[in-house]
This record gives sequence, structure tokens and C-alpha cells, in this order.
Amino acid sequence: MMKLLRFLKPYRVPVVLVLILTFLQTLSNLYLPTLMSDIVDVGIVQGDVPYILKIGAFMLAIAALSVVFSILASFYSAKAALGYSRDLRSSVFNHVENFSLHGFDKIGTSSLITRTTNDITQVQRVTAMMLRMMVMAPMMCIGGIIMAVSKDAKLSLVIVAAIPVLAIAIIIVQKKAIPLFKAMQKKLDKLNLILREGLSGVRVIRSFNRIDHEKERFKESNTELTNTAIKVNKIIAALMPIMMIVLNFSTIAILWFGSIRIDHGHMQVGDLMAFIQYAMQIMFSLMMVSMMFVMIPRASVSASRINEVLELEPDILDPDRVITANEQKGHVAFQNVTFSFQGAEKPAVSDISFSAEPGEVTAVIGGTGSGKSTMINLIPRFYDVDSGSVLVDGTDVRDMAQGDLRAKIGFVPQKAVLFKGTVAENIRFGNETAMDEEVFQAAEIAQAAEFVSNLENGFETVIEEGGANLSGGQKQRLSIARALVRRPEIYVFDDSFSALDFKTDAKLRARLKQEISDSTVIIVAQRVSTVMDADRIIVLEEGKIAGIGMHQELMKTCDVYKEIVSSQLSEEEIA
Amino acid sequence: MSKKHKSPDVRGGMGRGHGMMGMPPQKAKDFKGTLKRLIGYLKPFKYHLLAVLITAILSTVFAILSPKILGKATTKIFEGMMMKMKGVPGAGIDFDYILNILLILIGLYLFSALFTYIQQYIMAGVAQKTVFALREEVNQKLSRMPLKFFDSQSHGDVLSRVINDIDNISSTFQQSLTQLFRSLVTIVGVIVMMLTISPLMTLIVLLTLPLSFFVTVKVAKRSQKYFMGQQKSLGELNGHVDEMYTGHRIVKAFGREKRSIEQFNSINDKLYDAGWKAQFVSGIIMPLMMFIGNIGYVFICVVGGILVTHRTIQVGDIQAFIQYARQFSQPITQTANIANIIQSTIASAERVFEILDEEEQVPEAVRTKEIPSPQGNVAFEQVTFGYKEDNMLIEDMTINVKQGQTVAIVGPTGAGKTTLINLLMRFYEIDGGKIAIDGIDIRDMARGRLRRLFGMVLQDTWLFNGTIKDNIAYGREGASDEEIIQAAKAADADHFIRTLPEGYETVLNEEASNLSQGQKQLLTIARAILADPAILILDEATSSVDTRTEVYIQNAMNELMKGRTSFVIAHRLSTIRNADVILVMNHGSIIEKGSHEMLLENDGFYADLYNSQFASA
Repeated sequence: MMKLLRFLKPYRVPVVLVLILTFLQTLSNLYLPTLMSDIVDVGIVQGDVPYILKIGAFMLAIAALSVVFSILASFYSAKAALGYSRDLRSSVFNHVENFSLHGFDKIGTSSLITRTTNDITQVQRVTAMMLRMMVMAPMMCIGGIIMAVSKDAKLSLVIVAAIPVLAIAIIIVQKKAIPLFKAMQKKLDKLNLILREGLSGVRVIRSFNRIDHEKERFKESNTELTNTAIKVNKIIAALMPIMMIVLNFSTIAILWFGSIRIDHGHMQVGDLMAFIQYAMQIMFSLMMVSMMFVMIPRASVSASRINEVLELEPDILDPDRVITANEQKGHVAFQNVTFSFQGAEKPAVSDISFSAEPGEVTAVIGGTGSGKSTMINLIPRFYDVDSGSVLVDGTDVRDMAQGDLRAKIGFVPQKAVLFKGTVAENIRFGNETAMDEEVFQAAEIAQAAEFVSNLENGFETVIEEGGANLSGGQKQRLSIARALVRRPEIYVFDDSFSALDFKTDAKLRARLKQEISDSTVIIVAQRVSTVMDADRIIVLEEGKIAGIGMHQELMKTCDVYKEIVSSQLSEEEIA
Repeated sequence: MSKKHKSPDVRGGMGRGHGMMGMPPQKAKDFKGTLKRLIGYLKPFKYHLLAVLITAILSTVFAILSPKILGKATTKIFEGMMMKMKGVPGAGIDFDYILNILLILIGLYLFSALFTYIQQYIMAGVAQKTVFALREEVNQKLSRMPLKFFDSQSHGDVLSRVINDIDNISSTFQQSLTQLFRSLVTIVGVIVMMLTISPLMTLIVLLTLPLSFFVTVKVAKRSQKYFMGQQKSLGELNGHVDEMYTGHRIVKAFGREKRSIEQFNSINDKLYDAGWKAQFVSGIIMPLMMFIGNIGYVFICVVGGILVTHRTIQVGDIQAFIQYARQFSQPITQTANIANIIQSTIASAERVFEILDEEEQVPEAVRTKEIPSPQGNVAFEQVTFGYKEDNMLIEDMTINVKQGQTVAIVGPTGAGKTTLINLLMRFYEIDGGKIAIDGIDIRDMARGRLRRLFGMVLQDTWLFNGTIKDNIAYGREGASDEEIIQAAKAADADHFIRTLPEGYETVLNEEASNLSQGQKQLLTIARAILADPAILILDEATSSVDTRTEVYIQNAMNELMKGRTSFVIAHRLSTIRNADVILVMNHGSIIEKGSHEMLLENDGFYADLYNSQFASA
């Protein structure tokens, strides 16, 4: 929580203003009892009604002043708290946008989303409250003590003695309660998880007839949560009465010692009455703070989750001295590339070497986990290699600016991801400056033009979040069009035809062949029919190259390839 | 899918729950009915609640009595002082009297605190146990719900109801209910006490009431507008973050980070703008209330002071009055707040009850039949079915599948191939005809028994947050480690499992993102193998396992399929060529049916589909 306070720095001025204003507000609030004591000690004792009225008017003015301070404080605190969370949100988002895929693998996409959205909102809420309420408490305390001392220093000892007692009581209770609150949050998350699994896995649970098992799991978690909640609430139940006792007993003490002092002529009755009110205000403010502590565990969990994100350094950065590779176009070369995911025992790909030239189609085929996708993810430098190097246009990708490198590449992912916006906007995502004709042409090559024109508003049809109003095949075709409109030197297709039916797949590949004949094409595929005509087929097995060559060649030399082929094609097709 | 899961947090993120003044409360449709029903859940605790009520009254009454008694002490001090001032001989403060009063007060305070504690203590149990019961009931209910419910309802919404809404009810029970008791007793008690002191001053205090209400309502109305704006921007922002993070790879690949950040910043600025206004406007309610309170305070001082000079009341009465006025305004604002809280609680309760009132699946047959040694003969007899009543997808379908046969279901994406599976396992009820296994209508079997006949590998791999071993063991209760490893080997998963750092003890994380899609598939296959069913269902199970791995799986499956009836849904024609029966589906209906050769001869949809695979490659 504290670590995140550095984001408050730019709001020093408003925060200081809030402090000052709150202090003024508490002072004026505390001044009211003082005036009241004047009414009693002067007005009543002397029976002076005009005096009472005069002081009364003065009190109203003070009350009005107090409300002005308070509203101003509210203004600045709202601005500071919301500005703070805006900055925090923005820097988290900025930071995450610079993450490599590794960062996403590490924390998890959905967790990153919650951290950027809900966790920050949580922190914002507590910050706003802190700026309003928590600031008030110490001010009240200090102000109250100042007023009390100025009235009667000796009697203030009662208040001075009561505050630590109250503080200790609050601290003890909170010490017990806060860990429980944290535990409760965890247990609530756990229950949430079980329930979520139950919802998404309902078919599996029912088909394996494990309903009772799941019920038991839920009940267990529910019981745990309930027990913790009961425990924590029972502890909290003690807080209020304890505070009331301290508060009331100090009132009694003030009255007792006060009456003695009055008897000795050291103070007046009005002062005593004012004194009791100071004590009450001070203690009330402390109670308010103690209630706020309940919020803090939740926020501090959020804060530490946010910090985790901010502390994760982007591991892929542009080099200090950028080399622009413009001499060649569309050359991709792997030189003894080895790469492993963090924490993995074995490298995902090892010792990969090949090179691809413009006008050539390079296909990658292999089993699950053989490292096909991993390998091509190294080309746009989504990950950095452990050893060896990936060269694009003769330059190591680590020596180029990431933006320059990726501008050369048209990437089509395995899972078609579209964004909210129109069809045209989605295609233009690949090239913002593309003309309408270019967009249309790209769609046409990608076999998307037909279905798009059948949509209600054609290219202006709005795609819903996640592309919910399109089928998997349609999304895939749009994501291909998006890469096409970029007119890049290098195309990377990561198993991008899987959701297409065979007919469309074949048509699409035929068109691609015509249209992008001068670019370098790298395709990851599952279907042999997709890769058969490639200029170069790379067969991967367990991260290593098991064979490299053309179809006919590999049929003779590579067992792994033969196995794949025979699983898919019948005898006559192989021949 | 992941998106659905996020929404509950979004809803819970801001402004829900308690204490945010000025937030628009959520309204219930049937307030009375829902309230009644909710109260019904408290019935088992009626004695507890009675105790809570009594202790609340007692503690509040004691708390209300004390200011007047305290005031008496002050008056006594004042009198003593006045006498002294007037020079009455031997005059002074009557300390015996004051000591007496203070002792009484100590007693009152102690009792009041004690009763408050008891009240909260009892309520903790009541509130949490009630909520526990409610959660259990919802979960039980969910287990009786038909699949239709899960398919049509957003999971995020259901989650939000079970977690957030019930949580909301819980904190209302815990805090607001006792607060409501106390506030009501306090308001009545304080008015009575004030009246005994001075009707005129009571009137002054009461006059501030409508003023407070007026201000609260006015300001709250204004702030609602900003809160709505804030909520809207927040939604927009969350949507943007969701999209950009989910599409991170694409954003990077196309170098759009800057644009994405720009867009984010502009939404963020809008959020800031609406946010601070909402915060500010709702934030001034408190100072305004305080101001009104202070006006009351000033009038009490002034009027009280004048009354004292006229000897109508005593000095201690002013002090008591000041305390009463403070005690008074607090429950008033609280009750105003509670009204909102209760509204949102009832709205929450209503959402929970909506789930409880959902139509359940058709109850089990009264006398269920069993298949002692399942053979796996499956017969669809004139089956009619549609997801919607006015749109029948399957009409009058009859298929006979003999023990050990393989049925392949083929068709383009979205052709409704999972429908058959839904019917076979009785996830959905058919509208006409009959499905029989080994001659027994599946509706005559207990659902659990029926489903145990099947082993299923679904398209979306469902694994839970636990070890790999537990996940495979899910297929059969009480499976030994050996059997688990055997199943993993048969599914060709053993190899990759052993390369993981913790092997079979590796814990899958929440989204199981520490495994590849293909690896997850292999695990679900292992799970199905372990279950050792009479009938296999492979629902595009191998679509994200590449063909080579599929060969291994096929081998394992072929072994497994021996003597078992299998239903296979797959895109890959090569895998279904050997099927005994091929069902060709399009637009939800079965349009062709027969063996591979037969269908090719027919030269229909299937032939077209098949030929296109190698047409221009």
C-alpha cells in the first residue's frame, strides 16, 4: 500500500490543501463548544440574553465557515484521489503494454486485467477515504488536545491518558482481526474458484457423475469461509463496546475531576461542558479510523498485486544502438537457435538453423509440443533466444527496434483475435493508412469479402467484443486480411487455417500464392495438404529439426514426416 | 470465455455494497415478496433474533438514559458553584450526590457495552449461518439445473449472484440489521427523553430533520448522474483493457502499443472527470449534514441558554440536549442510508431467488432401471428435438448403433454436432421419440447411472485447479496411482507429464495456462480412459492435438474402442473414414447418414466436403 503512495507525489499541493482545510475545519468544529461554554459561563451566569444571541450568531458564522472548509477539502481530496488512481492506472497500463509475452505467461492475462481494473479501483476507493476520513482523525486529536489544554491543562490529562488506552484497544483488536480478514478474502476467492469451475465444467462433472464430490468441495469451502467470517465478526463485535466504555469512562473522569477543579475555583461549568464535548469528538474520530481499518486489508492485497505488476521489468527492450536493416528485404534466418521458457527443464526449441528467402514458402509441421509456434514466435521477437540468433534481413532481431522489426512482418495468430470496432477498422489495424480499395482487396484475397458484404452494414459492420458475432472461420479470415493489408516483407501464419473448412482453405491458399509471391511466407500447419507444395518443409520433433526439405524428398528421408503424411492421406494421394 | 468470468468483479468493484452515499440504489421488482422470503431464512434463528432485539433495546435504553443523568451532575455542579458565587456560607458542590450519579453512570455504561457486545456476538453467528445456508441452497439448486441453464446464462452473472449478492446480504444482516434495531430504538428513545426536558427545544431539533432529508435527496440526485457517468467510463475502460491484454500478441505484432495507450488515456481521462465529480458531490453530503447538525447545536445553545436564564430548564439539560441531538442525527442519517442498503439487499436477494426459482431438470424416474453389464447398443427411435420450441433441429431421427461400432459426426463449424451428445447423455430432454441404451429408455435410468456409461472428451478441456494426478483421477473415484499412470501412458501423456518439474504432482493453475492446449487434451483423454466406459464420446477432442500426436492417441483409442461403442466428432476426414456410420450435419440437422463409400456414391454434401480437401492443393 505504502509503496504506491509515490503516485501521490504530483498531488502534493492538493493533498497539503486537504490537510490544511481539514485542520481548519476540525478547529472550527472544536471552537463551537468553546463558544458554548461562553454562553454558559457568561450569558447564563449573568443572565445576559443579548450576549447569548451575539455568541449564537457568531457560532453560526463559524459553522458556516467550517462547512466551506469541509467542502473545499472534499473538492481537493476528490481531485487528488481520482488523479492519483488515474496516474496509477495509466502507468500500469503503459507498463503492461511493454511486457513481452513472457510477462503475460507469468502473471496470466485475466489476472493482469483484474489488476489493471478492479485492484486499482479498490486502491482508489481507500485512498479517497484516507484523504477524507483518516486525515481527519489525527487533526481532531491534535486540535482537540490543543483546545483542551488551552481550556484547562490539568484536566486535559484525562484525555491524554484515555487516548493511548483507546489506541491500544483498537490495535489489539485489529491485530487479531486483520489477518482474519485477509484469510476471509482468500477463502472467498477459493469459493469463487470452485463455483466457477463448477459452472464451466458442468458437463464434465455430470458426465463423470461427480456432482456429490463437487457439492462436498463447495460445502467444505463454504464452511471454512463461514467459520472465519463468524470468528472475525465476533472479534469486531468487541471493538464497539470497548470504545464506548473508554469514551464514557473518560467522560465520567472529566466530570469528576472537573467538579473538583470547579469547586476549587480553577475552572467554570461551561468549560467543563466544552471539555466533555472535546473528548467526545476526539474519541469519535478515533472510532471512525478503526472502522476504516476493515477496508485496508482488501486494498493492501490489491496494492501488492499492482506492485507485482509494476515491479516486473519488461524483459525485451530495444537496444541502445538500433540498427536499421534495410539492405535486404524478406530474409529470415535462424542460426543455431535454442530457446526455453523460464523454469522449463528442457528447451522448447533447440539448435534450429534454416533460412528463408523472398518468394519462398517455408512450412513448419510437427507434433504437439514440438515447438512449432514457439519457433515462429521468435521471429517478431516475442521472446528472446537463449543462444544462437534470429536474423531478419541480415540483422539480429535483438539489434533492431521492435517497431521496425514488426513493421516488416504480417503476423496471423493461431487464435484469431479481433477488436471492438468495424470490420474495416479491424483490417486497418494492420495498416492505418490503407485506402478503402486496399482494405477491400485484402478482404477479397483472404476470402472474407463475400461474407463481409453479406453482413448488415458490410465493411462498416461493428464487430462485438471478442468477435462474438462472427464464426471462428470468419474471424480467422479477417485476421488474415489484417496481415495482408500491411503488405509486409514477411508473412507468418501460425496454424491460421485451422478453423476454415477444406474448401475455403484451398481457395485461400491458391489466392495467397498469386498475390504474395514476392514475400517470404512462413506457415505453421497441421494439415499435410497445406504444406505439401511448400518450397521448404521443416519437420519438428521435440523442439529439434527432424527433417528439412521438399515433400518428395522428405517422403524418402524423414520417418517422422512419412508417419504424419500416412496418417492423413490415403495411398493414392501420397503417390 | 474468460470474459464472462470477469464481470462479477467488475460489478463488485465499485459502488456496490454499503456506505457509499449518493449512489443510485438498485431496485427490486417485488420488494415485499422478496423481503418476506428473505426474512423466512432468518426463521430458524428467531430466538437468537429475539435476544438480539432485547439486548439492542437494553443497550440503547441505557445509552439514552445516561446523558440526562450526566446532565443532572452538571446541574448540581453549576448550582453549587452559583451558590458559592453568591457567597452562601458553607456552600459548595455536593460531591456525595455527584459520586452517586457517577456510580450509576458507570453501571449504565458497563451494561450498555455488555449488551452491545452480546448483540453483535449473536448476530455474527446468525448472519453467517444464514448466508451459509443460502449459499448451500443455491449450490444444491445448481446441481439440479438442466444444462440449458448453464448454456444460456453467462457464468459471470451466476458467479456474481452467488458470491457478490450473497455477500451483500451477509453484510446487511451483520451490520445493518442490528443498526436498524438500534437506530429505531434510539430515535424513539431520544425523542421521549428530549420531550421530558423541553418540548420547545425538541421541536427545534426535529425541525432540522426535513432539512437534512431535503439536502441529502438533492445532492444524491446530482451525484447519481456523475456516478452513472463514472460507471460507464469504467465499463469502457475495463473493456479496453480486456481487449488489449487478450490481444496483446496482436497489438505487439502490429506495433499498435502507442495507439492502444492513447486510447486508454482518453478513456482514463473521461473516467477521471466523471469520477472526481461523483466523489466530490457525494463527499459534500457529510459536511452539509454536519452543518445542519451544527445549526441545531447553535440553536440549542442559544435557546437553551435563554431558557436557563428564565429558569425553565437547567444548565445540565443543555448539555444533555447537545448529546441527544448528536445521538439523534446519527441514526437519522443511518436510517436514510439503511433505506438504500435495504433496497440493494432486497435487489440482491431477488437475484439469488431468481436462480432458486429457475426450472429444474425433469426429476428422475420413480423406479429407475439399471443395466447390469452394459453392452453399448444405442438406439435413437424417431427422435425429435430442438433447442427452441418453434425450431426443431432433429425430426424423426432413427439410428441404430450396435455394440462396438463407431459413429462419426461430420459437418462444418457450427453445424450443431454437439447436439447429439447433449441428447445421448441427457443434458437436454428430447421433445419426441426415445433414446435407448441396451434397450432401456435413458429416461428410465438415474442420470448418474446413465452418464457413468459414457467416457467423454470434450472440445473445451475442463481441468480444475489441482494436481495433474487429481485431474486424471477425476475419471474414476478411488483410482490407484498405478491406474492413473497407466491411463496417462495409454493417452500418451505420461511422457510430457514426467518432463514437468513436479511430474504428476504439478498443480495446474487457475486457467491451466501452464499446459498447452494439446497437453490439456491429452489429460482429458487420460481421464476418459481411466473412467473405462462402455460408450466413448470424442467431441472434436483431437482438433488441437496435431495429427502426429493424434496417431498415438488413435492407437490408444483404437485399443480402448474395442468392444465399445464410440461417437466421434471431428473435422478431420481421415479419422472418420473407418467409421461404421457417418452422420453428416448442417445447420443443426442431420442431412445424410451412411458409410463413407455409400455417402461418396451419393455425391451429396459429404462427397463435396470430402473432395474439397484435396481439390486444389
